[in-house]
Amino acid sequence: MSARHRTRIIGIGNQYRSDDSIGLRVAAELKSHSDNVDIIEYGGDGATLIDLWDGFDCIVIVDATRSGSVPGTVHRLDAIAEEVPSTFFNYSTHAFSVAEAIEVARRIKRLPKEMLLIGIEGTNFDPGLELSAPVERALQEVVVELLSYDRA
Amino acid sequence: MKTDKTIKVDYLARVEGEGALYVKIKNDKVTDCKLKIFEPPRFFEAFLRGRHYSEVPDITARICGICPIAYQMASSQAMESALGLEVDGQLRDLRRLIYCGEWIESHVLHTFMLHAPDFLGYQDAIQMASDYPDQVALGLKLKKLGNDLMTTIGGREIHPVNIRVGGFHRAPSETELEPLIERIEWGLDAAMGATEFLSGLKIPDFEVDYEYVALSHPDEYPICEGRLVSNRGLDIPIEEFETHFEEIHVKHSTSLQSRIKARSNYLVGPLARFNLEYEKLPKSAKDAAKIAGIEPGCNNPFKSILVRSVETVFALDEALRILKSYKKPDQSYVETKPSRSTGIGCTEAPRGICWHRYSIDDDGIVTEAKIVPPTSQNQSTIEEDLRQLIPTRLELSKDDLTWMCEQAVRNYDPCISCSCHFLKLHLDRE
Repeated sequence: MSARHRTRIIGIGNQYRSDDSIGLRVAAELKSHSDNVDIIEYGGDGATLIDLWDGFDCIVIVDATRSGSVPGTVHRLDAIAEEVPSTFFNYSTHAFSVAEAIEVARRIKRLPKEMLLIGIEGTNFDPGLELSAPVERALQEVVVELLSYDRA
Repeated sequence: MKTDKTIKVDYLARVEGEGALYVKIKNDKVTDCKLKIFEPPRFFEAFLRGRHYSEVPDITARICGICPIAYQMASSQAMESALGLEVDGQLRDLRRLIYCGEWIESHVLHTFMLHAPDFLGYQDAIQMASDYPDQVALGLKLKKLGNDLMTTIGGREIHPVNIRVGGFHRAPSETELEPLIERIEWGLDAAMGATEFLSGLKIPDFEVDYEYVALSHPDEYPICEGRLVSNRGLDIPIEEFETHFEEIHVKHSTSLQSRIKARSNYLVGPLARFNLEYEKLPKSAKDAAKIAGIEPGCNNPFKSILVRSVETVFALDEALRILKSYKKPDQSYVETKPSRSTGIGCTEAPRGICWHRYSIDDDGIVTEAKIVPPTSQNQSTIEEDLRQLIPTRLELSKDDLTWMCEQAVRNYDPCISCSCHFLKLHLDRE
């Protein structure tokens, strides 16, 4: 990533919970298309995320959402410009959520300069390895978007 | 006037995973109390059948993003028992070391980010971070130390990839581990300071006459091995777990509830280990206990936050001891050919004993798997705590009583998730 030398993309999810794996799937796809982008597939707690963005200017986080929107809807949020509602990424595997990590980091002054959140609306979060059809389609949309983001 | 009330929390925050709590109070008595949880280890038990034994530690690590080591260690140990392998010397120390990393990161996360806000009157760690930025930053730095310990040995902190049946894919060199020594020395001081901060929290008065269950090792504070003991006379090898314990299906939960056949519900985790195995703690941890104002005989579940802080000091002390004497072993793992057999493993996850049993065939394929995680063992004890706690707090408003119930659930740092997502609490006062 030349122009945004200090950018990291973090895909979050649980690979065994169907649509919850979307963040991981996006990260894996991006990795297969580009080997010079810093990409992390992450399945742990929110608190550790703060360590993952230390030292980077720009962070992109991709995770599943369950907000009641149409499945496959892609939500985007600029986390530096606005507070992240606790309901964003509310389908979180962990007690300490992504939104909480970002807001705690804001208060202890550990946010990067830029932070883009991409939430993909899921519909099936049962144990399983497959994405639902609308989420599978959104996967392609987000990968294409982030590949061009990479070149921006 | 007698109180009738229903407490219902649809989303109980700051616990790992998904569940709900429903409490009904009629005439000042708790007439119904259900902790509803969904527990994925059962899904994993089915998923593991047909897999090769060598895959099991990596698959079970995915059960939980917070305590992958607990699942990897218990499953590896069970497979080693089935295969007749013995992992000792520096390899055994390395295992204990990476497990210390997990205790540190898990305990610090819960203590600072999930539980301390309760005692300080905050809704969450975000509010706490506004007023206590230094303490929150210190908590995050300590937690990172645990994560880094896991990463250095395990390859990565979430779902470490370096652990295998028989040892490690690759044992780290002395030079790789050496930089951790100075940081852990810092961590020990920091954890003492953290204990002092936590000792100032206002802890609700409440005591329960528990049966505590923990592993017990002759020389060590229990992490990786030992016999199963209790304060009511239980003293058995881990292989006899199923003779003395049973799991019961209750309608309101997909998790099975554990009980001791001869008696009833029991408690596993920090409070059990501290009360049963206090004598084996190093001096630093006993000093921390003094600072925290706790000693064996501590039967107040709300004080578990202090015990976690003491155990964090212990884990740092133990990590330092192992790091200082570490010599890279000649072999990273031991192995043998599989044959049809059954093996059992049990280790102390941060939240309590995590028990596994596997059967394999002559090709090393898993034919049966059983996993008993700590939270399902504590589930009925959490409900029992609420049954005893609520009648002593009926003067509280519905909101405050609901909060106190949630706080009481969080005493157990319940890892309901291991992949699920809501804890709903319903408080019903008619």
